[in-house]
Amino acid sequence: MFRSLMEKLKQGLAKTRNLFAGVASLFRLKGRVDGEFLKELEKKLFLADVGTAATSSLIERVRQAYMDKEVGVDVEAFVKTHLASLLEGAESRVLKTGLESPTVILIAGVNGSGKTTSIAKLAYFLNKQGKTVLVGACDTFRAAAIDQLAIWCDRIGVELVKGQPGGDPASVAHDTCEKAKAKKVEFVILDTAGRLHTQNHLMRELEKIHRVAGKVVPGSPHEVLLVLDGTTGQNAIMQAENFQKAVHCTGIILTKLDGTAKGGAIFSIKQRLNIPVKFIGVGEKLDDLEPFDPEAYVAALFS
Amino acid sequence: MFDGLRKGLSEALKRLRGRGRLSEANIAEALEEIRKVLLDADVNFSVAEVFIDRVKQNAVGQEVLRSLDPGEQIVKIVYDELVSLMGPVDSSIPFAKDRPTVIMLCGLQGQGKTTTAGKLALTLKQAGKRPLLVAADLQRPAAIEQLKVLGEQIGVPVYYEMPEEGKTVPSAVPVCLNGLALARRTMADVVIFDTAGRLHVAEMPMEELKQIDRQAKPDQVYLVCDAMTGQDAVNSAKTFNEALELNGVILTKLDGDARGGAALSIKEVTRVPIKFIGVGEKLDRLEEFRPESMAQRILGQGDIMSLVEKVSRVQSELTQEELEKQQKKLQEGDFNLNDFRKQFEQIRKMGSLKDLMGSMPGMADMIPEGEDPEKAFTRIQGMIDSMTKKERQNPDLLDQNRRRRVAAGSGAQPQDVKQFLGQFEQVRGLMRSMAKMSIWERIKMMTGMSKMGAFLPGAKIKTKGDTGHRKTPKERAKERKDKKKRR
Repeated sequence: MFRSLMEKLKQGLAKTRNLFAGVASLFRLKGRVDGEFLKELEKKLFLADVGTAATSSLIERVRQAYMDKEVGVDVEAFVKTHLASLLEGAESRVLKTGLESPTVILIAGVNGSGKTTSIAKLAYFLNKQGKTVLVGACDTFRAAAIDQLAIWCDRIGVELVKGQPGGDPASVAHDTCEKAKAKKVEFVILDTAGRLHTQNHLMRELEKIHRVAGKVVPGSPHEVLLVLDGTTGQNAIMQAENFQKAVHCTGIILTKLDGTAKGGAIFSIKQRLNIPVKFIGVGEKLDDLEPFDPEAYVAALFS
Repeated sequence: MFDGLRKGLSEALKRLRGRGRLSEANIAEALEEIRKVLLDADVNFSVAEVFIDRVKQNAVGQEVLRSLDPGEQIVKIVYDELVSLMGPVDSSIPFAKDRPTVIMLCGLQGQGKTTTAGKLALTLKQAGKRPLLVAADLQRPAAIEQLKVLGEQIGVPVYYEMPEEGKTVPSAVPVCLNGLALARRTMADVVIFDTAGRLHVAEMPMEELKQIDRQAKPDQVYLVCDAMTGQDAVNSAKTFNEALELNGVILTKLDGDARGGAALSIKEVTRVPIKFIGVGEKLDRLEEFRPESMAQRILGQGDIMSLVEKVSRVQSELTQEELEKQQKKLQEGDFNLNDFRKQFEQIRKMGSLKDLMGSMPGMADMIPEGEDPEKAFTRIQGMIDSMTKKERQNPDLLDQNRRRRVAAGSGAQPQDVKQFLGQFEQVRGLMRSMAKMSIWERIKMMTGMSKMGAFLPGAKIKTKGDTGHRKTPKERAKERKDKKKRR
């Protein structure tokens, strides 16, 4: 099981690895850690969207610990450990579940980050584990969003609660939760419309969905997962910050990692907001959703 | 739009302010700041390096203008460089006369292609064209459906072919050709292809897109790109450009707070101009891309460029004679309400006051929350207009009785008039000291200190107070501590 996960991760991150392979080859250089070396390391990290804060802190540490020392395995190990430690945290990376069914998972994110696909993958992931799943199509805004979700749910074989296009998303959330309670479904996944985190009225709408879910199923939503596009740059931090403010995100689904995208912004997000990545999307197929493991992530980056 | 980058650059350049001269050392510091800001704004690493190099080349070697501070000089260089990097832009779409013009939209998944197709169609329709949308994205579930709904919303016909359930996804090439044929039959004059996207550029069905390019022969190929994209933006733009020879880029999701460094990177790397920007998910906003306004916003020194330009324009409108007269008056400390009123009008000529507020750093802070600056200024103008000629010439005449009359005449409260006169007195003192400065120093002062804000209700110009006694070291320490806290 773990082996296959590692394989998937490696495959998915192949290109990411290629990029970081630059880092690895950097460590193979003969010579001493000097300004030139640090500059090169900095460049690699920037190109991976790691951002100025995390990059300069890492560079500073390497400078302090290894300046004028021989370039070698210990520098490499140091960088790896440091990167992994930035993603570490005490909180659990598995999905939180409610004491009673249903467990409600609210999915949020900006337009085009891959919410609907991630929901399909998540539903498939849970379904495969023998859990019963009900999906609520609370994206009543985007043309044909409901249809898109309906097609996915059809393929997976999970039920979908639909609202009217243009209708109130909170009422769809309400109906979905009620139906899940009545049918004793274990997991509810609520899809929401993509919204830029700067659109205040839409963030209020999201809060309302959050509230309504909590009313129907006390203590819910148990998980609020923010879907982040792995190709997004430093704006990802702003996104996380604003969604955090509105609905208190419990985790991140990092998508589109199958390309050359690196999603390096997660370092800053973890540091600043302490939101852990829970899943990563590594492909376009239904089973291309993997629970996130920082060690494996960093290991895959460097292997 | 670009607030983040703007804030960061202001921050970087603030440190330059007050430096006497442009030395290599202080450029280096500022350039490092600018580099960081660019990187935090998601400008591609290599592009940022090139950018910084160019600014450095332009900055070193340049003479230090006595009347400008080094910060302003660098702002100008950075601004010019940003504009030249992102421009020039031609937002017009060339139309064919004898056949439908074909526009092909391409891009990765989730960048906003379908929404942009709708916006473009609506923009064209409003310009009097008869567009036809073609759903050439057969891959994504419900992409066709989405375009159909959009077409209905904006009243533009959509050509589509539903792939049969359970069969392999057919090629989009014949769909495009059939769409084109339909356009000819129905006399549509612009055809927009909404093509399929993939998560990553390596998986893009480039062959299919190239086929469409070869067979349907689009006149214009536009890349749709998300403004929030990070370092990866360059990779995909490059690949698309190599495969399809792009004619333009449409940058989407600029209504968010993305710093949009991608705009700089894509232009620099592909040399393909950014034609339009998408702001808002509603179907009416496809705006022309303007490098100048973008660069100005990026620079954030509250539009110093345009302010300087505007000021010099207004100044040139004044006759030399008048200038000399004013200068003389100022020197004699004879600045009265008539002159003030005149200056007032000149300032208004420079544009909307609200814009001006934004273009003067620090000024916005002085506007009381919720107060419309336009209104505040109108009120003041009203007061001046309610005064007699004599009073305007010599504000000292205004005693309580006269102030009451002015208040009644302008619909204000007597205490408002009194407050205004107090503030005017302070500005008059300021003017006297300004008279001794060069015109540049004056602009600098205005932009830096925004004393105009003093005329807004409740505002007060702080003068160095006299404590009346020499402070003990203890008191001074306490004062320092308080100052620090406030910061």
